[in-house]
Amino acid sequence: MSITVPTDTAVLAEVAPQGMHKFLRATLEFCRRQPFGAFGMALVMFMAVLGLTADWIAPYSPTANDFDAMTQAPSWAHWLGTDQFGRDMLSRIIFGARTALIVGLTCSFVGGFSGLVLGVASAYFGGRIDLAFQRVFDIMMAFPLIIMALAVVAIFGTGVHNVIVAITIPLIPRCARVVRSSALAIREVAYVDAARACGYGHARIILRHMVPNVMAPFLIMLTAFIGQAILAEASLSYLGLGVQEPVAAWGLMLQGGAEEYASTAPWIAIFPGLAIMLTVFGFSIFGDALRDALDPKLRDR
Amino acid sequence: MYRYIAKRILLVIPTLLGAAVLVFALMRLIPGDICMIRLGSGGTTFDPRAIAACHHEIGLDRPLIVQFFSFVWGFCHLDFGISMWSGKPVSVEIAARLPISLEIALLATVVAICIAIPLGTLSALKQNTWIDVVVRTFAIGGIATPAFWLGIISILLVLDVSTAITGTPWMPPIDYVPIWRDPVRNLEMAMLPALTVGYRYAAVSMRMTRSAMLEVMREDYIRTARAKGLLQKIIINRHALKNALLPVVTVIGIEFAFLIGGLVVTEQVFNLNGVGRLFVQAVQNQDYTLTQALVMLTVTIFVLTNLAVDLAYAWLDPRIRFA
Repeated sequence: MSITVPTDTAVLAEVAPQGMHKFLRATLEFCRRQPFGAFGMALVMFMAVLGLTADWIAPYSPTANDFDAMTQAPSWAHWLGTDQFGRDMLSRIIFGARTALIVGLTCSFVGGFSGLVLGVASAYFGGRIDLAFQRVFDIMMAFPLIIMALAVVAIFGTGVHNVIVAITIPLIPRCARVVRSSALAIREVAYVDAARACGYGHARIILRHMVPNVMAPFLIMLTAFIGQAILAEASLSYLGLGVQEPVAAWGLMLQGGAEEYASTAPWIAIFPGLAIMLTVFGFSIFGDALRDALDPKLRDR
Repeated sequence: MYRYIAKRILLVIPTLLGAAVLVFALMRLIPGDICMIRLGSGGTTFDPRAIAACHHEIGLDRPLIVQFFSFVWGFCHLDFGISMWSGKPVSVEIAARLPISLEIALLATVVAICIAIPLGTLSALKQNTWIDVVVRTFAIGGIATPAFWLGIISILLVLDVSTAITGTPWMPPIDYVPIWRDPVRNLEMAMLPALTVGYRYAAVSMRMTRSAMLEVMREDYIRTARAKGLLQKIIINRHALKNALLPVVTVIGIEFAFLIGGLVVTEQVFNLNGVGRLFVQAVQNQDYTLTQALVMLTVTIFVLTNLAVDLAYAWLDPRIRFA
């Protein structure tokens, strides 16, 4: 996944406008130019609202069993039917949105920001330090994401917290590498020399002067990471190595019951998968549109 | 040229060694004593002699550096030790399950290429038309759809369709028959998993083909070819596609990681006894020797694939060779 990186600092005005008013105007402009991306943004926001307000909008408790109503087809009482334990599917999907967003956001933010700082630092110091960082990233990148995540789960065990750690670690080098390549160009810009001449410390130059200028590729990558992290969490949970019962998680809902009851109660298999797909789809098209909007070089593609 | 090849091959060694250090360190990070976990599963009190015997068996009573070198040396001649769970040599366990995974991986790659290149090209040529929108949505759908869900849904579809047509539900066979013994049965088994994994794999390559093609179509030599009055078909096949395919080759190599990840979950869905399923079982059973060997094996395959892609790239694109 290579992302062409804008070196033009003017585009940053679009990312970091001053004040709420400018932000709103930029958002409206984005919606007008990128209707497809706006649709993605709407999907993402819808899922976020579901996750945030799950306690109030879910019709049932996600863990309440109703053994009189097991594997029931969608009806007025249970809009999306019930699973093999008589739990309301809609409620579990709404609470699953919370799990997915917690895992997705935590992993991508922690992994992304660690990668951002490491990548910029690697480019800033250059020379041997850069080379050493590069080799370490290379080695970590040699582990496919899911394989690394499974190895981490093998060590620390399952559960939400361990899943977050397991997915965050492989994201760090992926972010660091992309950020490094755009930071390399910024290192040569005069204001970094000026900051150095002013006698500022390394930390200040990296955090105040270089990091803000690689924000465009970073933000694009962050949206892609959220989708990837949600998919990885769902896969781990599906394998029984991620989030554990009774927590509501989409991947977990597809584990066990879904295959067994697939022919008699297809709604158990269909709806959680649709939820995963729509969310990741939303993040993907939103990220794509963000890239087109932030990177003028790609605008006509 | 030779300098580039030599440099690229030599770079593989530190990467693999580093990966070995990482895997080795990770497996020693496990909280508690592996032998206690292994012996404690019965809920009995620990017999210090049994633990010592187990330590000796796995080699944990030797110094770390010796353990590391025996791990690397064992890996070099495919001796990965004994599986803690089944008691059989790890290499035997893996060898028994490798053919099925390899076959699905190969078929998925074929599926991916067959979908990605024509659709990606079409999408680029019809940029910003409805065809383009449909193809791009199809591609993003492939990235967003979890492989395991696609698997479940395809089984469901096959069940329903076969019931509707023949009256009896049909399920693909789950036991592995080598392709030379019964090709029909073999393909019946491998077809659905290959399509499931292949779709996702195709999605990424499709997007790459599209953007590479768009870039190439703007080049001066394409305009020249047009000005000469060449047929559109010839311009695309002879001039554009040939050059656009270069980055696609790289992506197909890099996306190999997706393939491995896809196999891990897809084999679970289709109940196939492949390496991916073995990996999940190893993690579930806390079989650390097996996990360690499988992680190292995947990394090696991944690194070597990328090496092969880089070399192919240098061979296809003279600019890299002489840079």
